[in-house]
Amino acid sequence: MATFLKEREKQVMTKGSDDHEIVCSKASLAGSVSQRACVFCGSRVVLYPIADAVHLVHGPIGCAAYTWDIRGSLSSGPELNRLSFSTDLREKDVIFGGEPKLHQTLLDLIAKYKPAAAFVYSTCIVGIIGDDVEAVCAKVTAETGVTVLAVQAEGFRGSKKDGYAAACGALAKLIGTRERKTSPHSINILGDFNLAGELWTLSEYYRRIGVEIVAKLTGDGRVDDIRSAHKAALNVVQCSGSMTHLAKHMRDKYGIPFLRVSYFGIEDMSAALYDTAKHFHSEEMMLKARKLVNDELSHLLPELKKYREALQGKKAAIYVGGAFKTISLIKALRVIGVKTVVAGSQTGDQDDYRLIRQLCDDGTVIVDDSNPVELSTFVRDLGVDVFIGGVKERPIAHKLGVGFCDHNHERKESLAGYEGMLNFAKEIYATIKSPVWRFTKSSGGLP
Amino acid sequence: MIAPNTCPETCAPGTCAAERGHVVNSCKLCAPLGASLAYKGVKGCVPLVHGSQGCATYIRRYLISHFREPVDIASSNFSESSAVFGGLDNFHKAIDNIASQYSPELVGVASTCLSETIGDDLPMFVSEHRKARPDGPCLVCASTPSYHGTHMDGFHAVVKALVAALAAPGPKGKHVNIFPGFVSPADLRHLKDLLASFELPYVMVPDYSETLDGPNWDTYHRVPEGGVSLDALRLTGSALASIEFGSIPHCGLKGGVSAAEFLEQSFGVEAIRLPMPIGIDNTDALMKLLAKLSGASVPDAHRRERGRLVDAYVDSHKYLQGKRAAVFGDEDMVAALSDFLSEVGVEPILCASGGESGALEAAVSPKCPGALVLQGADHDAIDRACERLKPDLLVGSSRGYQCSRKLGIPLIRMGFPVHDRLGAQRIRHLGYTGAQELLDRVANALVEHKQNASPVGYKYI
Repeated sequence: MATFLKEREKQVMTKGSDDHEIVCSKASLAGSVSQRACVFCGSRVVLYPIADAVHLVHGPIGCAAYTWDIRGSLSSGPELNRLSFSTDLREKDVIFGGEPKLHQTLLDLIAKYKPAAAFVYSTCIVGIIGDDVEAVCAKVTAETGVTVLAVQAEGFRGSKKDGYAAACGALAKLIGTRERKTSPHSINILGDFNLAGELWTLSEYYRRIGVEIVAKLTGDGRVDDIRSAHKAALNVVQCSGSMTHLAKHMRDKYGIPFLRVSYFGIEDMSAALYDTAKHFHSEEMMLKARKLVNDELSHLLPELKKYREALQGKKAAIYVGGAFKTISLIKALRVIGVKTVVAGSQTGDQDDYRLIRQLCDDGTVIVDDSNPVELSTFVRDLGVDVFIGGVKERPIAHKLGVGFCDHNHERKESLAGYEGMLNFAKEIYATIKSPVWRFTKSSGGLP
Repeated sequence: MIAPNTCPETCAPGTCAAERGHVVNSCKLCAPLGASLAYKGVKGCVPLVHGSQGCATYIRRYLISHFREPVDIASSNFSESSAVFGGLDNFHKAIDNIASQYSPELVGVASTCLSETIGDDLPMFVSEHRKARPDGPCLVCASTPSYHGTHMDGFHAVVKALVAALAAPGPKGKHVNIFPGFVSPADLRHLKDLLASFELPYVMVPDYSETLDGPNWDTYHRVPEGGVSLDALRLTGSALASIEFGSIPHCGLKGGVSAAEFLEQSFGVEAIRLPMPIGIDNTDALMKLLAKLSGASVPDAHRRERGRLVDAYVDSHKYLQGKRAAVFGDEDMVAALSDFLSEVGVEPILCASGGESGALEAAVSPKCPGALVLQGADHDAIDRACERLKPDLLVGSSRGYQCSRKLGIPLIRMGFPVHDRLGAQRIRHLGYTGAQELLDRVANALVEHKQNASPVGYKYI
């Protein structure tokens, strides 16, 4: 590993041979080809699924163009979020200020699309040229009666995690602005983005155990539901990296407790339902949860058997954004006989990495904020059979003749819940068992 | 649901996006993307986007989704303090870290809206770094703020910056420079074959024919093989002539000159501009030029390719004559594709681009006099124009998919980005054989559309 960046030494460890704690939650080094994005990306990821809002990117064209309709978040109704709005700042705006353009754009878009609210994302130069985005948003809110919220998302103001915090700040301003009646067994779902309709599957599970969902933050999200989120009895938080800020805020302000969950893999999915029932101290709910889990497993386990047999002993590398996913995937892979030999994330914290270390076998490489040079080395040196990551990791795997499973926000396959576990097993099986790898292993013995 | 798209009366056709100021569904990308792409066409080069982390990451994701290849682009990873105090420290660290991980021959630096707004002086940074690290990699930089122009301006700015930094004087050689513009890796490979068939030595800038469409690997290549070498770039100053494809001035940002114009002014290398060689007329012009420059006649193989293409034009003309197309994408590509379509009887009724050179109308009007030309357009404007004009087919990037779905007409994917089909890196546009592929795709899309729309279920059509 001589050519890895020296300053990153402590961000990588091999279980069993290294003792140090993973160093994490720090800025990426200049010149590294980090797989991370920026503050803007973090805020956009969290808020994007709110389907009846205008999402206006205030800045030059790039940031809006790269995030036009790229995520797999589905909506059951309006799809205003799939349009990409940009103030398209030009040189003269940079010199004279972008406020007039922002003001006019908001008035035009609100008149044309009649959104339930609007989010304005500040990109890098907005802070530098000194636009008072908050003031413009307040002015337009007063003029139109439509809530316009500023999201401070200048790319350089930290990492993707700071973007999550900025998004949570905007959500916090919406919450508590609309009253409604809710049942004592009501929850908000935080940190599921309804990729490939996953949240619909989860909603159905919660309905089956007698839980009411008040607001979905933010998968298939609606502004009015979010306004009433303070009326829920419990916040159920997946993707802790992105949504813990908001859960803590709601706990402090409204006294709503929160539970951390994950919906990936049998173990974590079932724990999410049991923990919810436990929280509500409801025998009835617990019985329903047990019955649901039993029903689902009675279908799922026989189906998984064939995949487990075929995949026994295969080796996986996991490198995804949020560490909660890494943790769930290690367990889910174990169910189908696959061993994790590389486990990493872009934004995990100390607790996450400690847990990952506990879960993994000796010899597993654990890594924070990795890059193609490192990842490709691990894949090759550890004899990985399948890589689980996002778009930027796919070519690393494919070029080296290794299978790949997309577990990022662009994916179009549902991987959550029990049916998601089956889809996951099928996808891992399909990529590992493809006959194409035979050709990548040899040059064909051509004379 | 989304409010119906109705064109307000105050918004005249042709000026929609420009008049309303903001953009809805962009038909352009930012300059650092084009810059990074052009740098990927240099041997041993690692691009460095001097700005926030997201710029490099978004650009990588966007390019990877099109080319399906690893695209490593480094970032100087601005923090709040770099935005306040300037990005010099990050710049030095970035170059050192790239050098230690990638051992590049060249680090190609592109500025961003952020670095330009805070006033980072990249040429000065580069010269300071050279002084501090005389043995370090070669450095080239280009000014590519995203508040100015489009990705194509960033692309051309880098092509120009490369020759401006590296071209050296010398006795006039027998080689030509070729500046193909933004075409596919398969197009670049075809051009190389074409030049080789005329036995004409060449320097092609950029050349990402291998770096962005390479074979599978035994081991990970930190910098992929291929690309125009630095030595070859030095030779651009002593070439016989430069051939620059495109009908739109490639002045880069802020009204400069193109790479070919620079070489003509600085080294007396004749600059010859041709439309992108798409379709017969444009390819004929290229063949005549290559014959002249090489002193050879057009090889028989190309005459036969041309003959087959003419034969195919004839075979398909009844399916195509009178059909009306909307063409959108990068300006040079739109102009040349429109030429090609008009050659085969398809009338381009809408020619649209996010580019704002102001030259698109003049480029398309000779062959497509009736076309509505939208410059500085976004896809909202393109969609509304299509709803009004009711074309039979769309020709352009994947960004037209939602329009094609709504109108129930085929989209023939060309140009960039193609994010919803495999093989974008192998789409052929250029030369007789490229036109052959385009023709088959256009004609077959229309045949298939007719077949699917018919209640009869013809299997013979």
